[in-house]
Amino acid sequence: MPFIPHTDEDVAAMLGAIGVDAIESLFDEIPPSLRCGPLDVPVGESEMEVTAALSARASEDESGPCFLGAGAYDHYIPAAVWDICSRGEYMTAYTPYQAEASQGTLQLIHEFQTMMAALTGMEVANASVYDGASALAESVLMAVRANRRTRRRRGAGAGSESATIRVVVAGAVHPHYVETARNIVQSQGIRLEATGFDANGTVDLAGLGQSLAEPPAAVVVQQPNCLGLLEPVDEVVAAAQAAAALVIAVANPVALALLAPPGEWHERGADIVCGDGQPLGIPLSSGGPYFGYICTRREFVRQLPGRIVGLTEDREGRPGYALTLQAREQHIRRGKATSNICTNQGLLVTAATVYMSLLGAAGLRAVATRCHAATRALVAELTSIEGVRERHCGPFFHERVIDVGRDAGDVATQTAAAGVTGGLPLGRWYPELANCLLVCATERRSDADIAAYRDVLRRILARPRGQAAGLASEDDG
Amino acid sequence: MSASIFDIGASGRGASAQRPAPGDVSDLPAATLRRAPPRLPEVSELQAVRHYTNLSQRNFSIDNQFYPLGSCTMKYNPRGAHRVASLPGFADRHPLAETSASQGFLACLHELQEVLKAATGMAAVSAAPMAGAQGEFAGIAMIRAYHNARGDTSRREIIVPDAAHGTNPASAVMCGYTAREVPVGADGDVDFEALEAAVGEHTAGIMLTNPSTCGVFERRIAEIADLIHDAGGLLYYDGANLNAILGKARPGDMGFDVLHVNLHKTFATPHGGGGPGSGPVGANERLALFLPTPMATRDGAAFRWVEPADAPDSIGRLSAFAGNAGILLRALAYARMLGRQGMQRVGEFATLNANYLMERLRKEGFELAYPERRASHEFVVTFRHEAKELGISAMDIAKRLLDHGIHAPTTYFPLLVPECFLIEPTETETKEELDAFVAALAQVRDEARTDPESVKTAPHNLPSARLDDVKAARDLRLVHEPD
Repeated sequence: MPFIPHTDEDVAAMLGAIGVDAIESLFDEIPPSLRCGPLDVPVGESEMEVTAALSARASEDESGPCFLGAGAYDHYIPAAVWDICSRGEYMTAYTPYQAEASQGTLQLIHEFQTMMAALTGMEVANASVYDGASALAESVLMAVRANRRTRRRRGAGAGSESATIRVVVAGAVHPHYVETARNIVQSQGIRLEATGFDANGTVDLAGLGQSLAEPPAAVVVQQPNCLGLLEPVDEVVAAAQAAAALVIAVANPVALALLAPPGEWHERGADIVCGDGQPLGIPLSSGGPYFGYICTRREFVRQLPGRIVGLTEDREGRPGYALTLQAREQHIRRGKATSNICTNQGLLVTAATVYMSLLGAAGLRAVATRCHAATRALVAELTSIEGVRERHCGPFFHERVIDVGRDAGDVATQTAAAGVTGGLPLGRWYPELANCLLVCATERRSDADIAAYRDVLRRILARPRGQAAGLASEDDG
Repeated sequence: MSASIFDIGASGRGASAQRPAPGDVSDLPAATLRRAPPRLPEVSELQAVRHYTNLSQRNFSIDNQFYPLGSCTMKYNPRGAHRVASLPGFADRHPLAETSASQGFLACLHELQEVLKAATGMAAVSAAPMAGAQGEFAGIAMIRAYHNARGDTSRREIIVPDAAHGTNPASAVMCGYTAREVPVGADGDVDFEALEAAVGEHTAGIMLTNPSTCGVFERRIAEIADLIHDAGGLLYYDGANLNAILGKARPGDMGFDVLHVNLHKTFATPHGGGGPGSGPVGANERLALFLPTPMATRDGAAFRWVEPADAPDSIGRLSAFAGNAGILLRALAYARMLGRQGMQRVGEFATLNANYLMERLRKEGFELAYPERRASHEFVVTFRHEAKELGISAMDIAKRLLDHGIHAPTTYFPLLVPECFLIEPTETETKEELDAFVAALAQVRDEARTDPESVKTAPHNLPSARLDDVKAARDLRLVHEPD
């Protein structure tokens, strides 16, 4: 009986104490018509057998160097990070409701909040939400609550069609983030309105100006944007503030070791900063578990969703930590809570906190600059191939769009067959970029990896179009 | 409190083995760059490792202590499942990798979807939601999508019992509905007459946990399903308590249309100090087309993603990538180790442990909130008499239990039972552990009679004495401030 410790003697003694003959009797309140027979699943296996079977599947997915980013980055993770996270005291604890029995997790989260506030240039942070996309959704809801103008309108006619509240998405914000946010907020009378990006791949400031003619609740801008380009964030913040809209910044935390923090954009800065913490010591792991972070100004702290840890005192006057501002949360406020969110992503926050402690500001900056230099080297090598060019000319950080002159989806499939994860074919997001790959080189990519990718790409592009590796396609047109 | 990581560093110190050689960034315009470095810790690798190891020892956890936290299912989290999810082929797989390079992961995801269909009696499953609360959101959004697709847009209410998890009404509101509460009767079942009065043409659906948050099986569930369906509404199953009936009864057979499963409860994935969770949703034939994406599907021998474009009626994606994928792998490894018999034993032994513990406490003279009922996998004890006669609250007792090396049960939930504990021992605890809990609770009660002050001022043996929550909220100190 996997993981069940009862001996036959235990069971007999326990049934005797309860006063029933059989375990089955304990289910006598379930109507017989609702009982089920054995589940239609295979018989159990030992840990050894399961490990062997799933290891075989895992090895199917092993591949060569990864040049794909697009919101999830293949950074080096120091050994100490997951050694510490795998300690049962972190991994098998629950939400720190009993503060006195959870000082480890609580202090760690408080240190995490401090680090995230420092990175983003904001005053406060929460204990995390699910991921970067859900952090954007929660930030949009938060901005609508925090913006005095929209808060009044919501109070007047929440939910009705006439009370639709707009949030403007400026420039190239990760499409999965926008889609997630839209799916989560749309039932609350909030509409996300994308202004798109111009030929430079960055926010269309004229288009943004038109969108702001009728002031929205907030403007969302991502830095660097999802095409790797640096947005004119000072201009975006200035325009938003002139329209009395709040600014929600989406930012890569590793980039923030190098780039101006959103809290300092155009003097007053962004109002809410959110993003995905995956670059801070979290494995790629097929997309999760990661964590989303949200930072803000102190004045908006009561609108912040999720867990928050505060420093307080115990009854002997010694400092200690506790969850705080719980009156915002669902377990107290129920239908009037700031969000339905219950958990944070505690284990991933643990990883990020250890990671940031090991790297420090200097180490994190070194990671950022190394990645950027590696990506520049990658772009130089790839564009040395005839017919491959950079799509945009503006400044970028550690991720770049290259035009390969033919369907990039086919090219990515062929690089994968050659053992290289060659980047994201952008046609699935933007049809006009169907010939483009979004490529990224982290600090893990060596010069040899980069040269290998260049050679693979050169071979693929030397073939006639539509011809897969070694096989002439029947329907090649 | 331990010294903060910010207090033990020194300017210029760092874990230099973790620093790559810096790269040239002279191509970046100066105006885009940070002017001053962020204030992050400046510690050696040993200092960081020692600090966070020491902090870990200031936590209770399943690995260290009995943790009978009702509704949270704090059972053993198998190490083998963790190791499988950490294999390089899984840990290093990029979420947007080509399908051709992802067959191993997709096969696992597809297999888990099939296991969850079998365990719940649903027609289809999406493992996209990243927690129970997100599963609830997905389910209610699907109910809304269903009504909208039929042009039935006047339904504005989701019914929830007043004993429900707080996430239920909060999720309903996030989906644009009003949450309408119905009372739970003295026997722990929903008050059927009150429910009949609440149901009508404005009813979009009902959210129920079964066994309920009161730790009892909702006996009239079939009648409730008929009542809601006859009014044109749908039933949502909050899977928080699926552990109690795994392999014994299935929500799909009870009339539920859509549900979520908390993998971090029933399928033993670690709680991680507050997350990650994972809340796959299942739906019957009527609602399956609205399931969130992405999902795994199978074409012959090959697996692929169901993307939003393949599922035009889907409520769409709820995460940047594919939900908490690594948690799904852990759940699959656990499910495989259990297999058919093991799953049935989960429900059986979770129920055996809860009923045994309940009977032991009853015989010790503790008051049960629902004394006429069987416990499911958990049950409610009320300390209202102790509170009245001794001036001792449930929270005082909880704090004193910590001194006995036992994590406190869930306190003050369900909200309608005064001074209560919701106690869930889980199937992975021994009889000896349960007996020790009974002894500890009895000792705390004796102490409350002889030396109430020591209970009211507990805990005494932990890194912190009782913490001041009021001060934490009034005098907000949310980040470390340098001296």
